[in-house]
This record gives sequence, C-alpha cells and structure tokens, in this order.
Amino acid sequence: MIATQGLSVRIDGRTIISDIAFEAQPGQLTAIVGPNGSGKTTLLKAIIGDHAYDGEIRLNGLDARSLGPAAAAGLRTVLPQASVLAFPFTVREVVALGTTAGRPGILGQALGGLPEAALARVDLDGFGPRCYQDLSGGEQQRVQLARVLCQVWVPVLDTQPRYLLLDEPVSSLDIRHQLQVMAIARAFADAGGGVVAVLHDLNLAAMFADRIAIIAGGRLLTMGSPKEALTDDRLEAAFGCPLRVGSVPTAPVPFVLPQSLADWTSIVPAH
Amino acid sequence: MAASAFDPAFPRGLSGVRAGDRSHLGRQAVMILALLLVLAMLVSLSTGASGTDLSALFHVLGGEPDPQDATALRDHVVMMNIRLPRMILGMLVGAGLAVSGLVMQGLFRNPLADPGLVGVSSGAGLGAVGVIVLGTTALAPLTGPLGIYSLQIAAFLGGLATTTILYRVATRSGQTAVATMLLAGIAIGALAGAATGVLVYVATDSQLRDLTFWNLGSLAGANWTKVMASGPIIALALGATLFLRNGLNALTLGEATAAHMGVPVERLKRVAIIAVAAATGAAVAVSGGIGFVGIVVPHLLRLVIGPDHRYLLPASALLGASFLLLADAVSRTIVAPAELPIGIVTAAVGGPFFLWILLRRRSAIAW
Repeated sequence: MIATQGLSVRIDGRTIISDIAFEAQPGQLTAIVGPNGSGKTTLLKAIIGDHAYDGEIRLNGLDARSLGPAAAAGLRTVLPQASVLAFPFTVREVVALGTTAGRPGILGQALGGLPEAALARVDLDGFGPRCYQDLSGGEQQRVQLARVLCQVWVPVLDTQPRYLLLDEPVSSLDIRHQLQVMAIARAFADAGGGVVAVLHDLNLAAMFADRIAIIAGGRLLTMGSPKEALTDDRLEAAFGCPLRVGSVPTAPVPFVLPQSLADWTSIVPAH
Repeated sequence: MAASAFDPAFPRGLSGVRAGDRSHLGRQAVMILALLLVLAMLVSLSTGASGTDLSALFHVLGGEPDPQDATALRDHVVMMNIRLPRMILGMLVGAGLAVSGLVMQGLFRNPLADPGLVGVSSGAGLGAVGVIVLGTTALAPLTGPLGIYSLQIAAFLGGLATTTILYRVATRSGQTAVATMLLAGIAIGALAGAATGVLVYVATDSQLRDLTFWNLGSLAGANWTKVMASGPIIALALGATLFLRNGLNALTLGEATAAHMGVPVERLKRVAIIAVAAATGAAVAVSGGIGFVGIVVPHLLRLVIGPDHRYLLPASALLGASFLLLADAVSRTIVAPAELPIGIVTAAVGGPFFLWILLRRRSAIAW
C-alpha cells in the first residue's frame, strides 16, 4: 500500500499541498483528479520522491525517505508527462532501458524478449527499429509506458505488490489508445499491483478507477469509490462549475457530460 | 500470483527477432576497433625520424641488444625510450580525451559538449601553466611534495573547477541549455585564458619556450616519467567511467526519470565530473591543447552503433586511442624530419568535422 500522513509540500516558500492523507491499495487503480494547479501532480511527485515534504509517506510499510533510488525503483515505476530524449535511441533501445532499471521480475532468456512483449502490449508491435525522436507525441507516450512497464513487469514480486505511477497517461492519446492505456493499467491492478494515475478525464476515472481522490486547493477534498467521490456538490466545490453527474443505466458507473452544464456562459468571468 | 495478462508468457514478438536492438553492432564495433588499435600501435612504433622500422621491434622484443651492434643498440634505445612511451602516452591521452567528451555529452545530455570547446581544457591548461611558471617560486611549497604529479594535479584542479562552474551555470533542474553551455564555456575559457596570459607575461624566456610548444599540443616530449605521472590517473578515470554506463543511458531520459529508474543521479554526476576533470587534466598536463578528439570520436561512433553507453564507452576509448596514434604518426611524417604539433593535425580534421555536425543537426539543435 502507498499511504501518506499529514503530507505537505512547499516549493519556494509557497504551500502547494497540505495535510494530505492519501492511500492507494494494491489490486486497485486509484485516480487523482482535480482542477489545474490544485496539486495533483505535486502529490504524485512527492510520493515518487521528486519533492522534499513534511509528513510521512510509506510504500508497502517502508518509509519513503529511507528507500534508496534502486530500492524505490524496484517498488514503483513512473510515467512522466513528457519525455525529451537527448540522443537518437531506437524505440527498442528506449524500452530496453526499463529492463536495466528496477526489477522486471523476469530472468534469463525471457528478459531479452521483454521489450518486444512490452511494445506489443502498448500496441506498438514492430516499432522497435524506429527512431524514438521521429514518433508522434502519442506514440512516444506509449513507448514510455512500455519502458516503465518493463521496470516492474511482474506486478507482485517476492510477495511485494508494486506500483505504476502515471502522470496524465492519456493526455496526448486518441480515444482508442486512451482506453487501451487505461485497460493496461487496470490489468496491472487486477494482477495484484497498484496503480495511481493523475487524470483529467473524469469519465475515464469513473470507468477504470476503484477509488478516486479529488484534490482541490492543495487539499484532499474526498476519497472514495467513483460513486462516492463524484457527486454534484463535490464537483462544484472542486471545479467551481455546477456540473451534474449522470449514471449509465446498465452499469452503475457515474459519468459527467459537459452538456450537463445548462448555461456555460455562467462559468466565464464577467468583464 | 493471480497475474494473467502480466505473466511472462509473451503472446507476440518472441520470434527471436529484436528489431531495433543495435547491441550486436556495438559488440562488433568494439572488436573491430580493438584490431584497429593494434594496427595503429604498430604504425606508431614504426614511424619516426630515425630509420628504425617494424623489423627492429621484433629484434627489440628478442631481448637485450648485442653491445657491438650499433644499429641494434640505436633501435633498442629508439623503441624503448622514445617510441614506446610515446605510443602509450598517445593511447592514454586519446582514450582519455575521447571518453571525457563522451561522458560530458552524456552528463549535459548534449552532443556538442567537449572538454576543449567548453573551456575545461583551458581550465586544466591554466593549472598546468601555473605550475610551469610558478612551480619553482610561489607554488614551490606545493609542487615540492607533489613531485612529478604536481602538473597533473594542478591541471586536474583547473579542469574540475571549470567543469563544476560550467555545470552549475548551464544546467537548471536537469536541463542544459545548449546556448548557455557554449557561451558559458567561452566565458570560462576566456577567463582561464586571461589568467594564463598573466602567467605567460611573467614567465622567463626558457619557460616561454616550454609553454609555447606545450600549448600547441604535442606528444613529442613523451618519456617514461610522463607516462608514470599521467598514465595511472587517466587509466583510473577511464575505469571509473565504465561504472557510469547504465546511468548515462538512463540520464538520456532526463535527470528526474533517471532517478525514478533507480539511478543515484547526484553521485553519478559527481563521479562523471571528477572523471572528466581527471582524464582531461592528466591529458592536458602531458600533451597540451589537443582538441576535437572528444567531439569527433563519440559523434562518429554514435552514428554507427547508436547512443548506448555500454558500447560507446569502450568504443570511444579504443577509437580515441587509435585516432591520436594515427594523428601523431601524421604529425611525425608530414614535415619530416621536423615534427608538426599534433594539436594542429587534430584541429585540421576536427574543425571541418565539427562544422559538418552543425550543418547536419542545424534543425535538431534547440537553441
């Protein structure tokens, strides 16, 4: 489990998030949603270890501060928002970097074929010899996903569940690949690993997440199942926008249509 | 484990074909370059002002020469006391400069970083000139106990200071701005050059002569003392860089991502900076301003085998060593019986090559 207690992050004297008690269970996909600048990514980066913080973060019970880079890399992997490559690696070479980091949990012969398997998984079969820098943004994003999957390929290793931390994983993807990436994350969780994803799309969050954390103004507004978390009141409180949550008749998954905003002129500040 | 989709039973892409994996190229390149180095070593040993040729090498290897045979005696002295130390020094300097360039490029995440271009060699040169000019006077209390290593240590400290300043100035939160790096390098180089100028101004006539030849870059003064003084430092630095290979690969994705992948980034940067300063410093101390090796060699190899540091590091060391030995052979023969400083040869090859890189990459370089 990833758990934070009283987590606060200050950057350049400004408090970005404060007193957050967040948790993500193995076997579950936990989505972090909230408005721009609310501190979603900061929360994720604190868990990753990119920011100094007050409070406590534990990964599988271990204090995150006591984990060295290598130990942490064996427990969790991170998909960044964007990756610019300094040198002209092929797609295959980029993905293979993931097998030398962390602990894929796969040995011998199979490890050599892991990059191909990871590429096939993200629907990029045959992209191995292409130059990474020549790919579109969405394709690069999926190559990076293949790389981070290699780092913790086996979701549970030595009885320790491992975690995929995804920072806006679908931001530059088309609808097919948005669904596909979410399905890959879902499968990782179903296999016993944990997934934490910062998402902007409330519907994807509702569809794939077990739990949704809403961050607003640097604080954890609520945390619960999609049904519990996504309510009209909370969305208005978080996003400042009187949205109405709907529900799919056949499956009890809430959805939020922008169309539910009857009067969109109401959210444009008056001059 | 209940893993179904994530079991290592791969549905596709398992036919043994690993398209896009260039590691076989890397391994082949290392082997071919090792052969090239052997050839370059033979060329180096058989080239020179005296008539001593390759056949003499086998006689020398045969043991102590017959004291009655003047030619054999001469060959023995030429081989053992002139050409052999020169060859070893050339190999070490070439490998040191090429690997320093490669590691700096990896560290700055930029193919244009080079110890010569961004002022590291100037900083090392300032340290070396300081010892040459002030070694017997103002710096005597320091150079006395350091003995033959004082030149190398001064050059190392000069290189370390410039690399550290450069990194601090040009890199913000893991991103290096190319323009800032090159301009900062020019500024640091100019500053080191100004300080060197002051030292030259106060130098005596005989020191001036030493300085001028040293500054043009040459292996001409090679002897066993210089090999003993610089060799171990360069060899240690080269050895240390081998531990950086996976870290430098991860660093290609940026410092934050490298850290997420388990690379101890701060330690990696420290080791890289110290290794570059040590190798460049020791090379500059014995051979002066030999430029462009650090940019030509890694760039050429990257074009052929790709940017994987596991193969680039040994390949750069081998090709750098060969390149310098061959350049040295040219410098010894082109104006024979006189000798052209090797720095002129490497600059004549490297200058146009650098321009070619700029033309090829004009669109790719983010200013």
